Amino acid sequence: MNLKNISRTTRQNLVTYAIVIVAFAVIQVMSAAGMLSNSLTGQLIPICSYIIMAVSLNLTVGVLGELSLGHAGFMSVGAFSSAFFSVAVGDALPTWLTMILALLIGTAVAGVFGILIGIPVLRLQGDYLAIVTLAFGEIIKNLLNAFYIGIDGSGLHISMKDANALNMDESGRVIIKGAQGITGVNRMSTFTIGFVLVLITLVIVLNLIHSRTGRAIMSIRDNRIAAESVGINVTKYKMIAFTISAALAGMAGALYAHSLATVVAKKFDYNTSILILVFVVVGGMGNIRGSVIAAAILTVLPELLRSFSDYRMLVYAIVLILMMLFKQSPQIRSFCASVWERLRFGRLQAFFDRKKAQNTKKGA
Amino acid sequence: MKKFVSAVLAGCMALSLAACGNSASSASTASTGGASEGSNGTTVIKIGGIGPVTGAAAVYGNAVKLGAEIAVEEINAKGGIQYEFKFEDDENDAEKSINAYNNLKDWGMQILMGTVTSTPCIAVAAETSADNMFQITPSGSAEDCIATDNAFRVCFSDPEQGTLSAEYISENNLATKIAIIYDSSDVYSSGIHDAFVAKAEELGLEIVCDEKFTSDSNKDFSAQVSKAQSSGADLLFLPIYYNEASLILTRADAVGYEPLVFGCDGLDGLVSVENFDTALAEGVMLMTPFTAAATDEMTTSFVAAYEEKSGGETPNQFAADAYDAIYAIDAAIQKAGVTADMSYSDICDALKTAITEIELDGLTGKGITWDASGAPTKTPAVYIIENGVYVAA
Repeated sequence: MNLKNISRTTRQNLVTYAIVIVAFAVIQVMSAAGMLSNSLTGQLIPICSYIIMAVSLNLTVGVLGELSLGHAGFMSVGAFSSAFFSVAVGDALPTWLTMILALLIGTAVAGVFGILIGIPVLRLQGDYLAIVTLAFGEIIKNLLNAFYIGIDGSGLHISMKDANALNMDESGRVIIKGAQGITGVNRMSTFTIGFVLVLITLVIVLNLIHSRTGRAIMSIRDNRIAAESVGINVTKYKMIAFTISAALAGMAGALYAHSLATVVAKKFDYNTSILILVFVVVGGMGNIRGSVIAAAILTVLPELLRSFSDYRMLVYAIVLILMMLFKQSPQIRSFCASVWERLRFGRLQAFFDRKKAQNTKKGA
Repeated sequence: MKKFVSAVLAGCMALSLAACGNSASSASTASTGGASEGSNGTTVIKIGGIGPVTGAAAVYGNAVKLGAEIAVEEINAKGGIQYEFKFEDDENDAEKSINAYNNLKDWGMQILMGTVTSTPCIAVAAETSADNMFQITPSGSAEDCIATDNAFRVCFSDPEQGTLSAEYISENNLATKIAIIYDSSDVYSSGIHDAFVAKAEELGLEIVCDEKFTSDSNKDFSAQVSKAQSSGADLLFLPIYYNEASLILTRADAVGYEPLVFGCDGLDGLVSVENFDTALAEGVMLMTPFTAAATDEMTTSFVAAYEEKSGGETPNQFAADAYDAIYAIDAAIQKAGVTADMSYSDICDALKTAITEIELDGLTGKGITWDASGAPTKTPAVYIIENGVYVAA
């Protein structure tokens, strides 16, 4: 297979997949060799879920061109529905089946919420989605804080008052305990599951972007009127992008929920939504590979900065500002470009030249 | 070019801050004396602490950090077994708490004194249980915090506080009609509330008004106070923190409602709220295991040490819990004969049984004992605020 014959976008996509796969392989090798610190090992699953969150939000923000400020709300819905399922099921099913079903439930429930929100809001033009998703995130947080849901022999009991009001029989178990959330979640998530989910997310999003549907979505972002004038159903394509984005966020939530023993609604607040948005903006709007890298680096960074003790978050902010400056500065960009060119033409070109020379020799 | 210069300047700033941060942390490790570093073959036992020192719950984490540091310094000054204490921030977030825990493990932690708040504690307890690391939480009061057999606790659990409050009110015939105002979005508050309501029903106390608020609506309490007033309750039970309580008391005073007010350890600190007329706190009863106003020698010397270290702040219950937690660890280590060269798993196995055999006279109670469930047994004390100071009831 000749690399030159593949289209530029496909090559770019392959590079993205390659980065993820190589990172996975390197970490697996390092882990097997015992070279990985506990600190990094513990962060692998959160990193995977944040990558999925960033990539899925990029679909809404970067590709569709609509601002979503409540992406953590979908993560929350996915986390709670999947954790509710796995805690309710307990040991009744084999672990792998519970995990797969939990992931599917988290994805589906968040997708349904995406559709519900999309139906009224995506018909409108302007910044309405930002306002509604912002409200959605807060409403979900407060609702989940208020709910008490228990299960016993006669089925589900739901209360918004307190655990005593559930009136369950002896076998009853309270699963969602208001502000305390869900406790005793079976920690089934592994790095391998996270890696597979990241790959699935990338396949879905990258293929979508480079499909006919994806081009329609991008045309809406670039010029809605022009898109409508050529017969693109704007609401439909907006719904497709937004629902997929929400469903993937739910999947990330399900992965995240099963990496910790406890899920609380407070975790998925406005700050988390903004954090994900920061990943997308730093990585570059519409740049999927950028989102993956930014999410990974910015999740690890606060831990690497622990030695700064009290100044940790301050340094984190400064590093963020520096990254934005470096990304924007024309001097730095041209410097990086020249280094890259030199590397490419210096090493790679020499490599290919040698290959070519060998090939021609063989041919002769 | 300007942008480049500003970037360089920002970089310099980051580096200078790095220098500050490093010097601060090296100062804290220097206090452990000339002990050699490294997890094995050392003479110091490494105790890790986790809690929020930034964010909304920072006041609790900072108190625990200082309280534990005071205890470690005191024990180290006595000679004998030496400890090194390192405290990591978790911002009251389960994920960050796990990160902090893993970070401390990389540092070589052998015993965990943490975490400060309940939700992170539940998450970390699952990790310590898998690793078999001994864990004692000073203030993680949710029941699930000590669900695993390696986890112990210094404070009362939330349901215990609710049950004990109801029992105390019933035994002393403080009231027959009770109104409650609580924070339904807070685990601590709703935990006490649920147990209190259940126990009150059992004891025949009548709850005539049960009002709640959330952390998003904790500034205006006129609706809740007027409902409590019109219900004719003669006792107002406030299982909440002192900031909201001060607002409720102010509001009750404005509408001329003067019930007996009863609260739990969250009310400790009420008399020091800024811009609060402390005359309104007169007669408030609170059940708390620790108060800085106590006059015994142990408390006064701890309060003095804390004030010196924190620059004039009065220690709260969290600091006292942490202080007791370190002393409990020390007592259990001496009982079990643990040495610094043991692995954390061996230490855990030894301490799990040793802690059930010790009896600790601490700041938060005399003769505290632990059972295998991880919960402490100690007697709660009830105080009444009179002339701005706590008087034992």
